[in-house]
Amino acid sequence: MNNVRRLKILVADDTDTDRLILESIVRKEGHNVVSACNGLEAVQVYIAEKPDIVLLDALMPELDGFGAARKIKELAGDELVPIIFLTSLSDTESLVQCLDAGGDDFLSKPYNRIILQAKIKSFNRMRELHSTMLAQHNQIMQYNNRLLQEQTVAKHVFDNVAHSGCLNASNVRYFLSSLAVFNGDVLVAAMRPNGSMMVLLGDFTGHGLPAAIGAMPLASTFYGMVPKGFSMTDILREINGKLKNILPVGIFCCATMMDINFRKKRLKIWNGGLPDCFVYHHKEGNVTSVKSTHLPLGVLSNRAFKDNCEYFELQKEDRIFVWSDGIHEARNAQGEMFGEGRLKEVFSSTSAPDHLFDGIIEAVQQFVGGGEKDDDLSLLEIRMDEPSRVNSFAKEASDRFGNSEIEWTMGFEVKPTSFKVFDPLPMLLNVLMEVPSLRAFSSTLYTILAELYTNALEHGVLKLDSNLKQTSDGFSDYYELREQRINQVTEGFVRINIAHKTNENGGLLKVRIEDSGDGFDYQARTTDNLSTFGYSGRGIALVEKLCGAVTYLGCGNIVEVAFSWVNDD
Amino acid sequence: MAITSTVSPDGNQVTIYIQGRFDFSSHQEFRGAYEKLAQAPAHYRVDLQGTSYLDSSALGMLLLLRDYAGGEQSNIQIVNCAPDVKKILLISNFEQLFDIQ
Repeated sequence: MNNVRRLKILVADDTDTDRLILESIVRKEGHNVVSACNGLEAVQVYIAEKPDIVLLDALMPELDGFGAARKIKELAGDELVPIIFLTSLSDTESLVQCLDAGGDDFLSKPYNRIILQAKIKSFNRMRELHSTMLAQHNQIMQYNNRLLQEQTVAKHVFDNVAHSGCLNASNVRYFLSSLAVFNGDVLVAAMRPNGSMMVLLGDFTGHGLPAAIGAMPLASTFYGMVPKGFSMTDILREINGKLKNILPVGIFCCATMMDINFRKKRLKIWNGGLPDCFVYHHKEGNVTSVKSTHLPLGVLSNRAFKDNCEYFELQKEDRIFVWSDGIHEARNAQGEMFGEGRLKEVFSSTSAPDHLFDGIIEAVQQFVGGGEKDDDLSLLEIRMDEPSRVNSFAKEASDRFGNSEIEWTMGFEVKPTSFKVFDPLPMLLNVLMEVPSLRAFSSTLYTILAELYTNALEHGVLKLDSNLKQTSDGFSDYYELREQRINQVTEGFVRINIAHKTNENGGLLKVRIEDSGDGFDYQARTTDNLSTFGYSGRGIALVEKLCGAVTYLGCGNIVEVAFSWVNDD
Repeated sequence: MAITSTVSPDGNQVTIYIQGRFDFSSHQEFRGAYEKLAQAPAHYRVDLQGTSYLDSSALGMLLLLRDYAGGEQSNIQIVNCAPDVKKILLISNFEQLFDIQ
């Protein structure tokens, strides 16, 4: 008895003596007893007292045991209330009837005290097991509901971040299916200021929430940088660095990124870890595949990251197909994979290019049939078209950039009072970095401007002599003298003039710097002194290498250089 | 502009880190990083990981370090250069004077 806690047991029997005997046996076992004299009363007592176990006589007036059992089981619902029938009947049919009515067991009269005790114990164990299971089941249900609710809210945020952009352009078709509420595949598309379209399809390792988490910084970086005109390689590097920093080892993003220029009908593409993309040539009706030549995003540090891309000249109506490995690895009921062969089959058997997209999806779905889906499945088709037909933004940008060149100049003069407190280089560089295509050259431009400005200031305005810099101490003396003179300077100027002009492929930046100094005999200047080993005198030779030429004018107090660049897209 | 340096436990190697712009304004600090050591190290490392820009006065400062460290006999590594910083070093033929990684 020690290991069974006090239970409340309902004893229902219309025979007073039988009931009293039973009550006394049960009570002696240490349990509480509630009693009923017929079936109807048994149900009422059950409702009022909620006993743990019910002992029911099979044959009773008003409502017999079978009816009472059905009623009690119905009232108990999910809870397990063991019902043990008490019966003097011994024919098989009656005993079966006991169990059919919802009884869990039966006990024949006259009662065997030991067996009754064992049965109460056993059913109590079962009852406890059942209630533990029920509690756990409810808890799991609750967790699951909360999870789904949270995911729905998070998905709303995710969709807003990940699926804005220009996926609704007339030349884009896409299909994204997912295993979980969240998609391990991410598809983002946005227009660049020059009217070309950038698209990235990524497949994170894993599914659901862990995969979608990486998609958030990817999408926000993408949508933050593309409209500002950053180049594809800059954006890839930024995303790679970010993912490398935040994702745990082993989680990364296979991706293909494209820059599609509708005006020049050109495609620039980078594939890191996704299956071969297909470029479908409309005229020839054939396909060129673009292999993955890079590691996925988030694997390498930015130092080791490779951003070289492939370029394609396309024709109108050519199509680019990009997919995640979900298509290749879709399995049918026999466990076979769809594979690239079947994919190529779709291309060779489809005559109308417009039907390729649907054809691929149909072929995969037919192949899989009732088979298990085991990966996110994504498909993207982009059709080369005239800018005016893609979307209004592409049309507008094309009209704007198509024929016109962007041209501006900027003049800037540093006056005597500013020399010691103001360094114009960071500001000038900031202005230049507003030109998207110049961003890749920030270091080079800094070096060019720094050399020319330093010369104008130090030799022109401050009249310092580089010959001082021939020894280590002289080097220090030079900069000490510079400090002295810059504090005393009362006259002079440095004028900086920058002219910017773009052309079809890149642009030209002309820098002219004039100082108030006496100049120098530039005719006598030797051109290459990069190979001399002095501590100074390298500056202009360096600029010469970076710009091609350095031209002096006036008495040598004016210097002009031109830096030209070619856009990489 | 921040110049920091660390010396290996055996005093045999000094590493100088340069953050931001590397130009004449960091001249004193840069010089201090190798001249004020208790023991002259055998190996020098200049870590340009954090260096965004450099100009020709920085090149002069690297040459000063080289001569201080023994000129032709010096053992100086320049490590972690960003691509465009490396370009400036290569244009100046510095790979003939330094071990550029």
